Amino acid sequence: MKPAKFDYLRPRDLAEAVRALAAGGEDARLLAGGQSLGPMLNLRVVAPSLLVDLSRLAELGEISERGDSAVLGAGVTHAQIEDGALSNATVGLAQRVASGIAYRPVRNRGTVGGSLAHADPCGDWAPVMMALGAELDIRGAHGTRRLAASQLIAAPLMTTLARDEAIVSIQVPMLGGKARWGHVKFCRKPGDFAESLAVVVIDAARDAARVVLASRTGVPAHLFATEQCLRSRGKAGGDAWSAIAAAIEQDVEEHALRGHWSGYDRSLHRATLTRAVKEALI
Amino acid sequence: MTTIAITVNGETMRAEVEPRLSLADFLREQCRLTGTHLGCEHGVCGACTVLVNDRTVRSCITLAVAVDGAAVRTVEGYDGDPLMALIRRCFNECHALQCGYCTPGMLAVAYDVVRRLPQADRARIKAELGGNLCRCTGYLGAVNAIARAAEIWSAGSERVGAFLAARDRR
Repeated sequence: MKPAKFDYLRPRDLAEAVRALAAGGEDARLLAGGQSLGPMLNLRVVAPSLLVDLSRLAELGEISERGDSAVLGAGVTHAQIEDGALSNATVGLAQRVASGIAYRPVRNRGTVGGSLAHADPCGDWAPVMMALGAELDIRGAHGTRRLAASQLIAAPLMTTLARDEAIVSIQVPMLGGKARWGHVKFCRKPGDFAESLAVVVIDAARDAARVVLASRTGVPAHLFATEQCLRSRGKAGGDAWSAIAAAIEQDVEEHALRGHWSGYDRSLHRATLTRAVKEALI
Repeated sequence: MTTIAITVNGETMRAEVEPRLSLADFLREQCRLTGTHLGCEHGVCGACTVLVNDRTVRSCITLAVAVDGAAVRTVEGYDGDPLMALIRRCFNECHALQCGYCTPGMLAVAYDVVRRLPQADRARIKAELGGNLCRCTGYLGAVNAIARAAEIWSAGSERVGAFLAARDRR
């Protein structure tokens, strides 16, 4: 038995969960699959006073398509997505992402909502949901709200969620049939956290091009110059690679200054970005 | 303390446990099933992998209270299971273990791979085994054993029966 002592509640529904979270004070935490929290508990990096276990709540298990959005419950596991849960809506992107997260035994318990709320700078889902233009349905003790995935992570391991809030579901805009994506995750060992992760989604039908980079420093960020370049390229129908390469370079320079990147970081992120853009274009 | 009931290898185990007790410690200390091994205790090495409701799970980072009511299968729970008999025989013949510490987790993953991905090629088997650390074998034996078990299992129950019977006669 390695974690410090904590109280444990398995709520009947989400309403009880957020009430308990609000009443539990500063050190109360939500537990989903526990695949990040579990190690942190065992290493005593965290010592919550109360764990509110969401893993049995049927309300968080939804997988459906409504109009032009897919709805993914926060409690859906990586393994369910690996087995195809969001494959249609994302033209295979979600399946690729899920199958690269840790290992099957971890994917069998780890959840997409838990991964987002944990806000690891190299977590797999935040950059992907940002690139998909997803929105999160959030429920707190005092009501519900909707939040763009790009507005979730404030700092490494820190979200913009209030203490009494939980992610209920993720609304993922369905990609058009002609949408293209690229996803390049660099790590030295299968299943490891990314050292660099670049995601590109180009959906001409929605006039959307999103490019997101995650690294071990800072938080996942949109790369605006590259996004702009890919969007205007879509309209003009040209395919001058030199303009795209220049936009990537501009983004890399900007983030290198902001994130104090080393020369190695620069070439690593440039490489993952370039490969992801090429995967989306070719 | 919380009262839980977990079906372990077909038998319901009831216990009063602290919420911070891991499933691995529940199995080893309350159920006295010490076949489940603990290596790193933070979800990296895979030695503690068991089946929970038929899916592989890291028992060291899963709380016992969180799987209250579930059915757990440990390495002790495969008596009379033809697939595990086949996998064990293949592990034996391919020298897929030396000290045996990682083996309970390897067997659980092998069991899952053969059932879920019977057509897996060697690259896929290696990727699936990526979450199980072994300090002795260099992994080659384990990959060979799973590839062999998958091939024989895919060929049908007659082939499995013939394979096991031939080995038993030796």
